[in-house]
Amino acid sequence: MTFDDAFTKALIARVSQTVIAHAEELTRLDQAIGDGDHGINMKRGFEAVLGEADSLAAKPLPEALKAAGMQLVMKVGGASGPLYGTLFMTLGKELPEAPDLEDAEKALGAAISAVMARGKSKAGQKTMLDVLVPVHERLSAGGEDLLFELSDAADSAAEATVPMKAEKGRASFLGDRSIGHMDPGARSSALILRAVCQAIGECR
Amino acid sequence: MSTNVGIVIVSHSPDVASGTADMVRQMVGDEVPLAHCGGDPSGGLGTSVEAILAAIEQVWSDRGVAILVDLGGAETNSEMAIEMLPEERQGRIVICNAPIVEGAVMAATESSSGASLEAVRATAEEYSHV
Repeated sequence: MTFDDAFTKALIARVSQTVIAHAEELTRLDQAIGDGDHGINMKRGFEAVLGEADSLAAKPLPEALKAAGMQLVMKVGGASGPLYGTLFMTLGKELPEAPDLEDAEKALGAAISAVMARGKSKAGQKTMLDVLVPVHERLSAGGEDLLFELSDAADSAAEATVPMKAEKGRASFLGDRSIGHMDPGARSSALILRAVCQAIGECR
Repeated sequence: MSTNVGIVIVSHSPDVASGTADMVRQMVGDEVPLAHCGGDPSGGLGTSVEAILAAIEQVWSDRGVAILVDLGGAETNSEMAIEMLPEERQGRIVICNAPIVEGAVMAATESSSGASLEAVRATAEEYSHV
């Protein structure tokens, strides 16, 4: 595949539009166990990214990712701003201009470590990491139909946060009452990963 | 530039942030550089990295800056803001692990005596162990 302006623009549009379209769902999930602002915060952040789509797409992929991450840091407002901002900025730092599968696997690993450090968290605490980590493992395993498999792994991983007990963020104040709800950050991560896979699939 | 450690108050609520600052002013006075911010980038409840950076800039002192935060996102956004500053400044900013109102008053009281950043932080954090 070619990593040109058209790809970067399609990637930004897919991811931003997906998050924006699911804002109400994310807010609903966050109202159940958090402070109810995840949807509106993510929508504000990705609207800012989408508004810059043309100037971002004119940059090489790593620079575009760094700039998009910075927009999220500045515009999202909740803890998800620095967390998603760190994810995208680290991907931008680690990825070459035309990454292959191995580059993507390595960069996602580094980005996950950076998110862990930023959130002082790890997998198993009912957070976005409970989607990112299994998807990274699935990516490392490789194989046929990888784009489809990764989207699927992301959705199942988000679903698997339902029975978990939250140990991070406002949801952790609820203790056992956080059980039985999908983590909003896990859901937004699954949505973003599926959108990334779609954009890659469409541009190959 | 002030010779006292600067204090930054970061709350999800603009009202809590400005109310806390009012208490500090009344109890401690004006010798301490003090800034506060609250609210997300569109004015709702939340915190903003941009506003935190501006608050740090406003009270910058070579003695350092102590930040008091309320809930989770305020801390994460403050950490992010610190990392975006030049390295020589990063080491002179701390986030205090203390309740926002009590911590701000304690930190400012200590700062007004000309104490070091570490002493300011320790005094604010002591409060949470009383």
